[in-house]
Amino acid sequence: MSDVVNLAVNWGIKSLLVLLVSLLGIFVGLLYKGFDRKITAMMQGRIGPPWTQPFKDIKKLFMKETIIPDTAVPWLFNAAPVFALVAPLVALAYLPLGPFDPIMEGYGGLILLLYLLAIPAVAMALGGLASGSPYATVGSQRELVLMMSYELPLAIAAVALAYNFETFSIAAISSEPVWSTVGGVGLLGFAMILGTLFAVMPGELSKVPFDQAEAETELAGGLFVEYSGRNLGLFYVAEVVKMVFVGTLLIALFFPYHLSSWFSFGGPEVFNGMLLGNLIVDIAFFLFKLLIIIYVAVSVVRVAFARFQIDRASYFYWVPMTVIGLIGTLLVMLEGSMAI
Amino acid sequence: MKLSKTFDKALWVFHLNSGSCNACDIEIVAAVTPRYDTERFGIKLVGSPRHADVILFTGPVTKKMKDRVIRVYEQTPDPKVVLVTGNCGNTTGVYYDSYAIEGPIDEILPDDAHIIHVNGCPVRPENVINGVKEAWLHLEKLRGDNE
Repeated sequence: MSDVVNLAVNWGIKSLLVLLVSLLGIFVGLLYKGFDRKITAMMQGRIGPPWTQPFKDIKKLFMKETIIPDTAVPWLFNAAPVFALVAPLVALAYLPLGPFDPIMEGYGGLILLLYLLAIPAVAMALGGLASGSPYATVGSQRELVLMMSYELPLAIAAVALAYNFETFSIAAISSEPVWSTVGGVGLLGFAMILGTLFAVMPGELSKVPFDQAEAETELAGGLFVEYSGRNLGLFYVAEVVKMVFVGTLLIALFFPYHLSSWFSFGGPEVFNGMLLGNLIVDIAFFLFKLLIIIYVAVSVVRVAFARFQIDRASYFYWVPMTVIGLIGTLLVMLEGSMAI
Repeated sequence: MKLSKTFDKALWVFHLNSGSCNACDIEIVAAVTPRYDTERFGIKLVGSPRHADVILFTGPVTKKMKDRVIRVYEQTPDPKVVLVTGNCGNTTGVYYDSYAIEGPIDEILPDDAHIIHVNGCPVRPENVINGVKEAWLHLEKLRGDNE
């Protein structure tokens, strides 16, 4: 009987933690979206909106009227934003967040995360198709084409990592920085794979060179064209949470460094034998890494490039990025075979 | 209508040319460039009326555009404000009494529409920003009415 009670308590704690992480993920995402907009504006020589702007946008969107067009399929039209938001929130529970191990450790790894990464794009495409507008339909088709394109380099990167660590568990992969597990050509291989992942990130987040699905200037908002009020707000939140999710995934796979492994900051023991000072510094360092990743992969790229045509975006992922990823994987395998 | 100060600071604008000569449109684009940078007030040009809080009309309403103007107004979710820029939209300007013109925006839209007028031929970007300020004052008044 006590086993059942323990199990219930365990799952209760886990669900509370998931809720907490979800709320924090939304908060951090909106905050970083504000920073992104401010930094972008500064790079373009503008003053830019205050960093609280995304919070204001969200609050405004949630008090606007929500229109469901007559041509839409109502249940799918309303369900799509929810799916798009829930998938990245769930994914946060399977990722190591700074000094903490994944909440759902042991229940899913890299493969599950790849699937969770695909759900928001599919949900957005479904929502666009369900809204019954020609602009949204074109946007949905572009989103699906783009998704098929960037999934290939992403899958190759996952294969290389799983080959190197001989596991799909994200906690095992992030327990040791990938750079210290290989040497020589293996380092070069992983650097190439990291490059492809940085190129995949703006496509994953539909940010400027790969925002063909939204394309404000040609498709009038693309697959969001019929969305308004609460539904649009949910998509807005989903977008920022996805940014946090992809950034955290990159950190977990390639930069799982903690300042506390080099310096100790003292303080009383609080959680799993970790010291309070170390815990605070590690969380701050994690948030800093996330900001740097978002700055490099989203803000700078957004300012420096204009939108690709959809066929060129596909070509970019299918040919150059896939080839670079494959060569990187081969180098990693070469390194592995030489070590034996 | 539920209005708050947050609403004022996150106005998304949809721009519709209802038959203007393009001069006002260019000045409006100038207002979002780095020189005037309306994004610092949270103002953003959006591509779809469904996303908009402010509909920005330029030009007198031609016969062909009349139905579209009404349709775009109805497609925009509440609460919404209309910003009419340029003399043509406000008074039909040099096209007064033309056979091809249905009349100024005021006569086309429903009576309960909240319309802000911005004058000029063409409007200057400063005046567009001033029009947004007028819209804030109008929204403030509306908030007072609701309380």
